[in-house]
Order: sequence, then C-alpha cells, then structure tokens
Amino acid sequence: MRGWRDSDLWYSFTRSRITVVAAAIAGATVLAAFLAPVIAPYDPFDLASLDLLDAHIPPFWLEDGEARFPIGTDDQGRDLLSAILYGARISIGVGIASVLLSLFVGVGLGLVSGYAGGRVDAFIMRVADIQLSFPAILIALLVNGVLRGILPSERQDDLAIYVLVLSIGISGWVQYARTVRGSTLVEKNKEYVQAARLIGISSASIMLRHILPNAMGPVLVIATIHLAVAIITEATLSFLGIGVPPTEPSLGTLIRIGNDFLFSGEWWVTIFPGVTLAVLVLSVNLLGDWLRDALNPKLR
Amino acid sequence: MPSTPSSADFVAAEAVARHFDVSKPWLSRTIEGSPRVFLKAVDGVSFSVAKGETLALVGESGCGKSTVARLVVGLYRPTSGRVLFDGLDLTGLPAAERTRIRRRMQMIFQDPYASLNPRWRVRDIVAEPLRAFELTKGRAEQDERVGDLLSQVGLSPADGEKYPHEFSGGQRQRISIARALSSNPEFLVCDEPTSALDVSVQAQILNLMRDLQEELGLTYLFISHNLAAVRHISDRVGVMYLGRIVEIADSETLFSAPRHPYTQMLLDAIPDLAMSGHVREPMGGEVPNPLDPPAGCHFHPRCPFANARCRAETPALKRYGSSEAACHAVEEGRI
Repeated sequence: MRGWRDSDLWYSFTRSRITVVAAAIAGATVLAAFLAPVIAPYDPFDLASLDLLDAHIPPFWLEDGEARFPIGTDDQGRDLLSAILYGARISIGVGIASVLLSLFVGVGLGLVSGYAGGRVDAFIMRVADIQLSFPAILIALLVNGVLRGILPSERQDDLAIYVLVLSIGISGWVQYARTVRGSTLVEKNKEYVQAARLIGISSASIMLRHILPNAMGPVLVIATIHLAVAIITEATLSFLGIGVPPTEPSLGTLIRIGNDFLFSGEWWVTIFPGVTLAVLVLSVNLLGDWLRDALNPKLR
Repeated sequence: MPSTPSSADFVAAEAVARHFDVSKPWLSRTIEGSPRVFLKAVDGVSFSVAKGETLALVGESGCGKSTVARLVVGLYRPTSGRVLFDGLDLTGLPAAERTRIRRRMQMIFQDPYASLNPRWRVRDIVAEPLRAFELTKGRAEQDERVGDLLSQVGLSPADGEKYPHEFSGGQRQRISIARALSSNPEFLVCDEPTSALDVSVQAQILNLMRDLQEELGLTYLFISHNLAAVRHISDRVGVMYLGRIVEIADSETLFSAPRHPYTQMLLDAIPDLAMSGHVREPMGGEVPNPLDPPAGCHFHPRCPFANARCRAETPALKRYGSSEAACHAVEEGRI
C-alpha cells in the first residue's frame, strides 16, 4: 500500500501554494465554527444573557468601543464575534447536510437512470432538464414555500433548519444525477459488468458494488464546489428572511440584520459576517477548483 | 439439409436470430416520417458443440460473432430461435434452475483492460463467482480456492492482493480465465480472448487454454477473426458473414479444402511467410452495410461465381462431403 503522502494528489496539493492557503483558511473556519461553544466568549442563543443596553456597540478600536466585545455588538446586544462563530456553524452545517442530501438523491437517480435506460431514464432526465431550466435559488424558494405551507406555524422555527436543508438539497441534485448517469452509461457496457451479469449478480448489487466506485471521482469534485454554492444559497435564503429564525442566526441572517443599520453608520454588524462568508466560500471554491484539476488526467 | 442439432449435443443453437432496434427516437421518427430500422446482427444461425470439443466462429468485424457469444451465454435474449445448454433452454427456466446452469457456463472477454473492475482486488474479482454461487464456506476456504486458481493459470497466489492495473495485458487475461474457472464450468465462451494481446503473449494464452481444456475436460466456443489462432485451438470452424454461417467444417477440412467462396477469400488473405510465389486473386468490394444487406446470398456482390439465383434466393447450409456450406454455386457444381 502506498501512503497518502506519496500519492499524486498530495504532491499536487503541496505544489499549489494558493490551495494550501485556501485549505488552511477553510479548515480554520470550519474548526472555529464547530468549536464555537468552547471558544466563543458568549452564547448568542441564550436570550436571557443578552442586555439591550449593550446594543450597537462598535468594535473596540473605535470610539465607544469596549474590550468585552472585540468586534462590536448587534441591535440585540449580541457579541458579534460569538454570533459569527455560531452563525458559521449553522451555515457550514446546513451546507454540508444539503450537499449530502443532493449527493444521495442525485447519485441514486443518476445510477438508476443510466443503468435502467429506456423510459425510466427518459423520465428522470426530463425532470432534471425542467429543473435545470429554472435557477437553483428559485427551486429552493419554491420547495421552501411549499414546505412552510404544509408545516403548522408553531413548529416552523424548530424545523426551519430541516426545511432549509431539504430545499437547498432538492435544488442541487441535477448536476450529480447527470454526471453519474454519464459515467454509468460508459461503465455499464464494460466487460466487467457483463461478467457480473453473466453469473446472475443482481442489478442493485452491480450498480452499488461495481459501477458506483468507478463513477465517484467527478462526484467528489462537484460536491466540493457545490458546498460553496450551498452555503451561499443558505445565506441568500436567510438574507431574504426565509432561512433560519433570527434567534439562531446564520451568517446570512446576521448580514440581513446588519443591512438595516448599514446606512446609520453601524457597518460592523453586516461587514464582519459578510467578510467571513466571502472568505469561507472563496477558499472552499479554490479547493474545489484544485480538486477538479488534480483529478483531471488531461491537465496533469 | 441443414443439420438439426440433436439433444445429445452439449450446446446447440437452433436458428438463433437477434435483431437490434437502431431506429431514431420516437419523436424524430414521427416528425420525419422515417421507418423503424432493425439491425439483423444474427440472422438464423444454427450450430452445435459436442462435449469436450472446441468450435470456433470466424468472420470479419461486424459479422455478428460476438453477438452469438452473448446469445449463447444468455447476456442477450434471442429475437427468435433458441439456445440449448445440455438440452435446456435458458430463457424458459425458473430462476433457481437458471442459476444452476449459469454456474456451468462462463465467458472470457476480449478486452483485458475492461473486463476486470479497476477498483477491486484480484482476489475479490476471482472470488466473485464463488460468492455468487456460494461454492465455498468462509473466508479461509475462499482465499485458498482463489490461490489455487491463480496458480492454475500461471500466477502467484500472492497476486490476489494486487489491483488489476498492476498487471500486463496477458496477465490480466490469465486473471480473467481464473475468474471464469472459479465456478467449475463445463463450457467456456471465449470472445476474441487473444485479439487485444501481443503476438508473443497470444500463444501463451492459447496454450494455457488448451492445457486447461485437457485437464478439466472443458468445451469451448471460440470467437475470433484470427485464423492462425483458430487453426491452433479448434476442432471445428464455422465461418460467419453478415449474421449468417456460410460454412462449417472440421478444422482440417476447412483449412485444406474450403468450399464457400468467402472462406476461400479469407484463407487467401492470410499472409504467406513462405513466399511461395502463390498468385493471389484480390477480392473486390467491402462488407455491405449490415442495415441494408443484399438480397439473396449476402455475399453475392463480392462473389466471382454469383448468378441470378444467388441474387434472389438465400442459400441454406447443405452437406458436401465432410463440410457444410451455404452456396448455390457449390450446390450446382459451378465451383
């Protein structure tokens, strides 16, 4: 067995300085976000600890700034640094969960579509075509609206995160399905699949154990780039006010809250979460670009 | 009369045909008013293989020989006709019965780079039929059997730990053979097993196959376009042209006294290393479009002996001495 340090992938990773920096930033952000309950100075979800007298305090280096709140507070008196750490946790969590949902739905449908062919394939691919003709954010808004219409209003805040994951997840499965279908069409005509069919291996087993491992390469690339898109979509929905509730703000929610005070000179409430989001998305995107090039044998 | 395969034959094809629908999609057909188009890849082929014998099918690319291979093992269903294995038709059987028969027939494929799953270790590839037919109990017994199989085809049992990309084409074909042998089959269909290999390796694989046949009493259906390989390994040879068998005879007879003009042309095309100065009659023309084959005898546009009857009437396989040929000219004594 070759160690991972000897692999081509690791070599290409260390050769690209921008990728190493992007990985470090993304890694640090994710780590900080998931360690938020440990490292954050305050718990912004604990409404009892908030004091409205602390509201609208600017960062400490400005006049009226206080060392207690290094980058200031928002309109509720929440420490912005803590809110960003907890918010990033929600953003990243929702992003990863919806990417996983898209991945399962898309890979599953793509495999079935490519392997079964015929009418099943035509049906799944026409649904995909129709969905592709709308912007993903519109699909997410549609699913979000329908789900909120179905759910009882008193439970909406509890279930908001799941509704968000579901709507972002459903809006993104098409890319996975198309990619996996393409690989499946190639793989299913290879002779190793025929050898398996010959001895009576079931279709499900052929799809999962033979074709899937050979179709997963491009899926990993799509998933990485999709993670950045999913985080942005979550932020957009939260910015529009239909994401997570303001009591448990994500980065998008924080940007929306801050947006109301931007023109009264309180720029910090929206700029800091905005910069965090931009840096996180940019570094994940750079990682995805690198992975795409590193796994493409034609660009080696 | 075409020979009717008797039930004593181990494997028999009875007027097997396979047509592929290559029409345009429904929408384009409706708009353009174009008709459905069928490719008759195999058009009524009959042959039989006795136990322990090697029957070779030869022909140019696209003559349907690989389709015959897939029909015989049941990867394709015949459009008409039937394939009998030990007197049983695979398509009509209940699932349990079918599994029992599948264990007894295996296939070796053409491309050793596509026939092994690149993500699986060799021992898992070779053990797949063992697991599918539940032939071994427990991991230890399975590993031991895989080791034996790998030794049998000239590899080391330790090679089981490796992945397919660590092997050469010839070694991969040995792994393919080990996988095919793992279910103790009686009948092997070999679809051009040597055509993707270097010439020096081809002979090794052919000799390995012949040794295994002697040792295990295997029956082979050997598909190839390589006449030298066919002559080396087969007892009987069938020559295919555009989905039909035009001549079938034992190997000796076919190579020494070919009856059908197409067989004569094929044999004439073998490079002559002895430089005997033999004058070749170059055969004009190419294989016609299989979507729209010529009427009557498919070979008539290229045949120097063709007459009006050849252009209108499809010849049937008939026995002449020790060979069978489908040719009006042979029947009428014009050749």
